[in-house]
Amino acid sequence: MRASEAGLHTKRCGAVADPAWVRWLLESITLVFFLLIVVIPMAVVFSGAFEHGWQAFRESVTNADAAAALRLTGLAVLVALPVNLVFGVAAGLALGAGEFRGKHALITLIDLPFAISPVVSGLIFVLLFGINYPIGRWLDAHGFPIIFAAPGVVLATVFVTAPFVARELVPVVAEHGTEEELAAMGLGAGFWQMFFRVTLPKIRWGVLYGVVLLVARAVGEFGAVSVVSGHIRGQTTTVPLHIEILYNEYNFPAAFAMASLLTLVALCTIIATSVIEWRSRALARGEEAS
Amino acid sequence: MALNRSRRGRAGSAYSRIAGARATLGLTITYAALLIAIPVGALIVRAAGLSLAQVWRTVTSPRAVAAYELSFAAAGAAALINAMFGGIAAWVLVRYRFPGRRVLDAMVDLPFALPTAVAGIALTTVYAPNGWIGGPASSLGVRLAYTRIGIVLALVFVGLPFVIRTVQPVLRDLEPELEEAAATLGATRAQAVWRVIIPSLLPAALTGFTLALARAIGEYGSIVFISGNLPMKTEVVTLLIMARLEQYDYAGATAIATVMLGLSFTLLLAVNVLQRWAIGARAQER
Repeated sequence: MRASEAGLHTKRCGAVADPAWVRWLLESITLVFFLLIVVIPMAVVFSGAFEHGWQAFRESVTNADAAAALRLTGLAVLVALPVNLVFGVAAGLALGAGEFRGKHALITLIDLPFAISPVVSGLIFVLLFGINYPIGRWLDAHGFPIIFAAPGVVLATVFVTAPFVARELVPVVAEHGTEEELAAMGLGAGFWQMFFRVTLPKIRWGVLYGVVLLVARAVGEFGAVSVVSGHIRGQTTTVPLHIEILYNEYNFPAAFAMASLLTLVALCTIIATSVIEWRSRALARGEEAS
Repeated sequence: MALNRSRRGRAGSAYSRIAGARATLGLTITYAALLIAIPVGALIVRAAGLSLAQVWRTVTSPRAVAAYELSFAAAGAAALINAMFGGIAAWVLVRYRFPGRRVLDAMVDLPFALPTAVAGIALTTVYAPNGWIGGPASSLGVRLAYTRIGIVLALVFVGLPFVIRTVQPVLRDLEPELEEAAATLGATRAQAVWRVIIPSLLPAALTGFTLALARAIGEYGSIVFISGNLPMKTEVVTLLIMARLEQYDYAGATAIATVMLGLSFTLLLAVNVLQRWAIGARAQER
């Protein structure tokens, strides 16, 4: 019997169940905590978005600058997702199942974009590609500016989202082992056959989870993109940057209107991750039982 | 469980016999080198190229020192608050049943999924002197937004999921036999909790605390609106780096950023060590 069921049996002997007043107290503390820190800020976003009515909301999210911001955010996601998905799967397999010297160093390296501040991430790319430095100057002279232009925004997004799929997959792959793949090879399967029919089905929940988190982060990235973009309205602003500009102009309804779009994306993200969590936990419980 | 262990033991040598092992490893290393190692290396190289005197001057200027102190103190306070309330929340979510529990559980992930800019403007609006919480607070004479308290509140929001999500799985896997054994040996509930349950949760709680701390130190988007950016008063390190960049003081920004990079790296190593300790502790219990 699992510990989570122990709480239900409140009639058990006193030392194993929590007294009712303790339960009440802890539940209240938790509820108040969540109310103050999570629920009320979310409510503010939606109430602020519709402060001037539905028409104003529509105008805020469909005007030219907003559309440009949505396009650039969309572009960043469309590039970051497939690239980091392929990388994440390869890294998950190589690092989850392989053993070699330097494995932990490589894992730490891949975790680095997750650990360092977004502002530092942005700075890193300004140092590599800014026009004060040789590579950047060359690229800019040849018509491929990176910093203060869209490619820089996309590159910064790819950098900060690189670890997401890999981090999810390494423990999943390590847990599953390589028996099935060896068996498949023994039966004559080639690499792609083995990958699509044996490996991918095993790791698909981990992949899905990583993808959902990746998209959420790519859409919401602010610090790194802020450094790299130069905030040029209509050209290098993503949706979060656009929100910042609107907010600093005291145009709160428009800022919250765009923010409510992003909040909807975030809510879909947590619904998706919750569903994936429940499904994969049910699967694991089914495996344990059999 | 034992089956899994032997799988992991044999997997190492087995992986190299699988088709595509070399290719996946090669791809991983190449991509990581190009995208991560080289750019991060560029930062270190640039920092090394600065004159030592210049770096020292920037890194130890009063404004920078004030920023480090504030970043650390605020991040530490927020991580501590999250450790306390997050621990309680994890307990409530795992052990108790009540209507809306699943919704609350899903909500824990919100600060992780929400863009920091959205969190920033939402929190600022709520805690501003005319906000839903800031209003009542200011009538009591307490200012929340544009102060250090506001920064801590924003960091608590941002770090919320970390402790809860690392403690929950450990709590779920905790065997009731431990508590029952404590009871049969004559322990009261309080003793059972304090001496049996909480020590088993300690590695996970510490991991979560360190993760929340690392996140809070590097946080930018949620802070930039609520802090007011007053140098020496409410300016954290990330805001200071941004201020330097806006003045095109790349050297200064690089110096400060390198210090931060070293710190993040140390925290990352600490988290890895803690996680391996936590896994080791759980394996021993089984």
